Amino acid sequence: MEKMSRVTTALGGSVLTGRTMHCHLDAPANAISVCRDAAQVVVAGRSIFKIYAIEEEQFVEKLNLRVGRKPSLNLSCADVVWHQMDENLLATAATNGVVVTWNLGRPSRNKQDQLFTEHKRTVNKVCFHPTEAHVLLSGSQDGFMKCFDLRRKDSVSTFSGQSESVRDVQFSIRDYFTFASTFENGNVQLWDIRRPDRCERMFTAHNGPVFCCDWHPEDRGWLATGGRDKMVKVWDMTTHRAKEMHCVQTIASVARVKWRPECRHHLATCSMMVDHNIYVWDVRRPFVPAAMFEEHRDVTTGIAWRHPHDPSFLLSGSKDSSLCQHLFRDASQPVERANPEGLCYGLFGDLAFAAKESLVAAESGRKPYTGDRRHPIFFKRKLDPAEPFAGLASSALSVFETEPGGGAMRWFVDTAERYALAGRPLAELCDHNAKVARELGRNQVAQTWTMLRTIYCSPGLLPTANLSHSMGKGGSCGLQLMNSFNLKDMAPGLGSETRLDRSKGDARSDTVLLDSSATLITNEDNEETEGSDVPADYLLGDVEGEDDELYLLDPEHTHPEEPECVLLQEAFPLRHEIVDTPPGPEHLQDKADSPHVSGSEADVASLAPVDSSFSLLSVSHALYDSRLPPDFFSVLVRDMLHFYAEQGDVQMAVSVLIVLGERVRKDIDEQTQEHWYTSYIDLLQRFRLWNVSNEVVKLSTSRAVSCLNQASTTLHVNCSHCKRPMSSRGWVCDRCHRCASMCAVCHHVVKGLFVWCQGCSHGGHLQHIMKWLEGSSHCPAGCGHLCEYS
Amino acid sequence: MAEGENEVRWDGLCSRDSTTRETALENIRQTILRKTEYLRSLKETPHRPSDRISNSESSDGLNKLLAHLLMLSKRCPFKDVREKSEFILKSIQELGIRIPRPLGQGPSRFIPEKEILQVGSEDAQMHALFADSFAALGRLDNITLVMVFHPQYLESFLKTQHYLLQMDGPLPLHYRHYIGIMAAARHQCSYLVNLHVNDFLHVGGDPKWLNGLENAPQKLQNLGELNKVLAHRPWLITKEHIEGLLKAEEHSWSLAELVHAVVLLTHYHSLASFTFGCGISPEIHCDGGHTFRPPSVSNYCICDITNGNHSVDEMQVNSAENVSVSDSFFEVEALMEKMRQLQECRDEEEASQEEMASRFEIEKRESMFVFSSDDEEFTPARDVSRHFEDTSYGYKDFSRHGMHVPTFRVQDYCWEDHGYSLVNRLYPDVGQLIDEKFHIAYNLTYNTMAMHKDVDTSMLRRAIWNYIHCMFGIRYDDYDYGEINQLLDRSFKVYIKTVVCTPEKVTKRMYDSFWRQFKHSEKVHVNLLLIEARMQAELLYALRAITRYMT
Repeated sequence: MEKMSRVTTALGGSVLTGRTMHCHLDAPANAISVCRDAAQVVVAGRSIFKIYAIEEEQFVEKLNLRVGRKPSLNLSCADVVWHQMDENLLATAATNGVVVTWNLGRPSRNKQDQLFTEHKRTVNKVCFHPTEAHVLLSGSQDGFMKCFDLRRKDSVSTFSGQSESVRDVQFSIRDYFTFASTFENGNVQLWDIRRPDRCERMFTAHNGPVFCCDWHPEDRGWLATGGRDKMVKVWDMTTHRAKEMHCVQTIASVARVKWRPECRHHLATCSMMVDHNIYVWDVRRPFVPAAMFEEHRDVTTGIAWRHPHDPSFLLSGSKDSSLCQHLFRDASQPVERANPEGLCYGLFGDLAFAAKESLVAAESGRKPYTGDRRHPIFFKRKLDPAEPFAGLASSALSVFETEPGGGAMRWFVDTAERYALAGRPLAELCDHNAKVARELGRNQVAQTWTMLRTIYCSPGLLPTANLSHSMGKGGSCGLQLMNSFNLKDMAPGLGSETRLDRSKGDARSDTVLLDSSATLITNEDNEETEGSDVPADYLLGDVEGEDDELYLLDPEHTHPEEPECVLLQEAFPLRHEIVDTPPGPEHLQDKADSPHVSGSEADVASLAPVDSSFSLLSVSHALYDSRLPPDFFSVLVRDMLHFYAEQGDVQMAVSVLIVLGERVRKDIDEQTQEHWYTSYIDLLQRFRLWNVSNEVVKLSTSRAVSCLNQASTTLHVNCSHCKRPMSSRGWVCDRCHRCASMCAVCHHVVKGLFVWCQGCSHGGHLQHIMKWLEGSSHCPAGCGHLCEYS
Repeated sequence: MAEGENEVRWDGLCSRDSTTRETALENIRQTILRKTEYLRSLKETPHRPSDRISNSESSDGLNKLLAHLLMLSKRCPFKDVREKSEFILKSIQELGIRIPRPLGQGPSRFIPEKEILQVGSEDAQMHALFADSFAALGRLDNITLVMVFHPQYLESFLKTQHYLLQMDGPLPLHYRHYIGIMAAARHQCSYLVNLHVNDFLHVGGDPKWLNGLENAPQKLQNLGELNKVLAHRPWLITKEHIEGLLKAEEHSWSLAELVHAVVLLTHYHSLASFTFGCGISPEIHCDGGHTFRPPSVSNYCICDITNGNHSVDEMQVNSAENVSVSDSFFEVEALMEKMRQLQECRDEEEASQEEMASRFEIEKRESMFVFSSDDEEFTPARDVSRHFEDTSYGYKDFSRHGMHVPTFRVQDYCWEDHGYSLVNRLYPDVGQLIDEKFHIAYNLTYNTMAMHKDVDTSMLRRAIWNYIHCMFGIRYDDYDYGEINQLLDRSFKVYIKTVVCTPEKVTKRMYDSFWRQFKHSEKVHVNLLLIEARMQAELLYALRAITRYMT
């Protein structure tokens, strides 16, 4: 390698030196393991099994353990482990399910020691006990874990994973009897080596197979697991339930995980597929790896820290047939390349902005943000002396908040309080709500209410005016006028048709300006055609900037002397075009080719009047077109409700739902309704609109919602004399046998509604107290308190 | 008469809302009535030459509609639609129009109709599945009706298929169906080809492409080679194949598209295996699924003849069955006895390493002699053959061909560890879906064998799975291939090999002659194992090549 840096570490007498280097193996490696003396490493794979000495400048092949003429599957290793107490002892797991132990002390060329053929399927992992010389553990695809005593010919005990394949087994470093095993279904189990009948603890750690686990060398009970779901999780096993402490999200499935010695929060990972690099993570900083080794050209299959007390040497074997020693100081640090600037909008319009501290500090007068209820995007990290590169990428955060309590949600509260939801005929409710909405400047909503009234209030209720009206409105001054129009004449809608024909747009030059007198003309005009069921007049209600005028679009129709028959003939073929052509002047063209969509335009103030008048027109047209019953619109109304709810205006959705009641309820599935109700109620409660929320609950037809009112309605009271809870009845205490709640006015027991002053706690029958306080402002009990009744 | 008014919209019928369905049906009824009126009026007026063409055209259109209605009356999961469609058909018949009737004996030619679940008698879980399937596709195909023997699997299967064909994915919809057609055509599976030709046109595919692969865009033509190799000799796929597809200038595939295509190809290759393996009949509304002739004319359908599988054949088999009832009874007993023996003596008798290695080779070699005796060349129906080129390219035994291809070792590249990660990375969520499907198929068991209960069939299932992988040259280090010989008898091996490698040659005789005492549902279960194992084998080879390309 080009980087020639050397590291020398003194570790209890022995000295580790070396550099970043690699050597070529003859075949892909599946696993590696380091000898206790940190000077040798064993590499195992399907067709390789060798020991290399780690020298200062290079790896030197020391021993080839693959002896014998015929290749045997027993030598095709899935895993290898070197005993940490005995330099001569190794164990391998073969792909055909055999566990082999090797004794380097044997004089012959063949170092194979023992053969355990108890597993039926591939053995995925072998593990020596950290302190016991003869105990070996294996985990296999067949769902069993076996514990071998090397002094005996067969296993001592078998642990069953309920036919789920075992991917990893690891003895705890701190607890003598404990080992952890991970499974293909995402579970992790803890076992006591003395109790093979059942596991001590089991929990689901990952989604999909857990490929690996590693106990923390120092922190008792910390277990890191890595899975196919691309996560590394750190669990605290000391508590009653395994607690997830950290979670690192990597970019590929995690094949191996190894804690870094001497660095409490660091661990190294490599992946199973796609990604060839080795990462070292600080688990507290799960998004950017602390260090990255990019030497390998194919997936890394084995990683091992060279010495249990040295954090700077990492060894790795790979499918690209190479063995590497990585030096921590040569690692690339993605943090350096990280962009510590960020910008984000909050839910409530706040703007958060993070930048390098140096940049922010240069700007005087602004203090770095110091935390509040929301999480900053980048943390200003506390400096940790144990961290070699703390603060490298720390950023300062500034948050710009919008003025709290600004008009933003004012309309919601007002609307909620002023809407009428029940108790009056539908038409009135709609009118009222439309009015409320209009006064709050929500023209689109207002228009919707008007439309609903148009749709659902049967024409029979009001005199059918077979008149066509066009409405124009520009500024707010026009609104009121328009309103009255709607209420009195427009609502029945039947028979009134407004022709919007863009093909006639060129005829604009001879349009006639309509003022109130012009409206009259149209009315007369219509009376002429009243007898036919094809009233045809071509009016467009529209707003042209500040003009606030109405245009008559059809040139023929503007001349009253035009014979009627012409109108009748022409009316029919023309009608089809209405549906397709976007109405009116050019600036509306891109809006809305259906009434629904037009209604869905955001109520931007300047466009709203135009918009809503249009949607009204379209609906009245549709009504006319086929004289359909209100049922015909239920789909439209349903879509409209969905639209409002989706836009976040669940208030509108629920209000309409309540007001229309049975008319639309059946079109919307129960769950959605319930969802809307609960969202709206939740919102209301957040704004402390308890009364409204209760009313909504009461009016709702969804069972799940209406029972909200019936839950936890009990009020527990204590006796006013003995201060004990009154259990059976609310007015007589069981203990002191005295009546607790006496009316201060009539001195009788109050059994129904009991009202009391929160200042002096005297009270009585609601009626009595009300009457009393009408005449006097003092407490009826004579305590002298000035009670208030509101 | 405007063309637009005659367009029939079926999609309203897929709604779960009964009123929507009713309106849709009413519209259909009116359209059909209008068409019949039109036809009748044409008949009454004297023909001009130009009229005759339009006449036959529109009667064609009407017949299509009627066939679709017939399908609905039989196969719609919603009762109201079934009844109403039948009613419409009846009323049309009263008008003197000839109406179609279904051909064949239910969804499968191998399985008697009475054994198969009738639409309308399903339980709630199955009904939900049917409704989902119907909502997604607008039909309830015969495959679904046969697979519903195993609802747990069917659910996963439909979910995966729906995701592959209709949900988010790098390929445009018509590409997906076209790839399905390409894949099914490799096995001359006219059933799947017909289905997907309809779907292809429905999603707006260019009808010209259907005239043959050479009319499709260059990009899809490039995929032809991969399709061919993947279907018949997946072990020959190399990273050069992948490179060729990914680096073809303006016609190149992206990795994500390629993975999507590969998944689709393998899915339809194996589905073709299922179609033949279970003898799926043509859909009622497709060609060959219905007839307008009155029932007395003939009692067997064309497709039976073309498969060399007419009633005479059946009779032979029936007589054979009668003779060997006692025989086949022992068959089950013997199989169970063998399983028991294997279970017991496994620990005692240990085969040497060489022995184990040679067993795999033996099984591999033997699998090549396992073949049905009637090796006559099969000529595909014309309309199917135009979808693929190089008809001569077929399965060749893994161990027979000249050059040496190294054995694929599962321990080095397996689905769970490697394939899954790759697919999920390039085509998110599909890895998960396929993984679930494999899992369900591999672990599916009811602990029964023919008339026996509480049997652990894992050994048998593993033997079948590994045998299929063995035919593709995939080896499990930890499996003793001697077990296969013990557990799978010759006729069974013949069936497996035919279904997996040359599905178009499956005959009813083969289906009937293995595992005679077993239930049809168990044979369908075997088929599920076969198709999933085959799909995994193909996927493994293709994905390994992609992985190699990427590194």
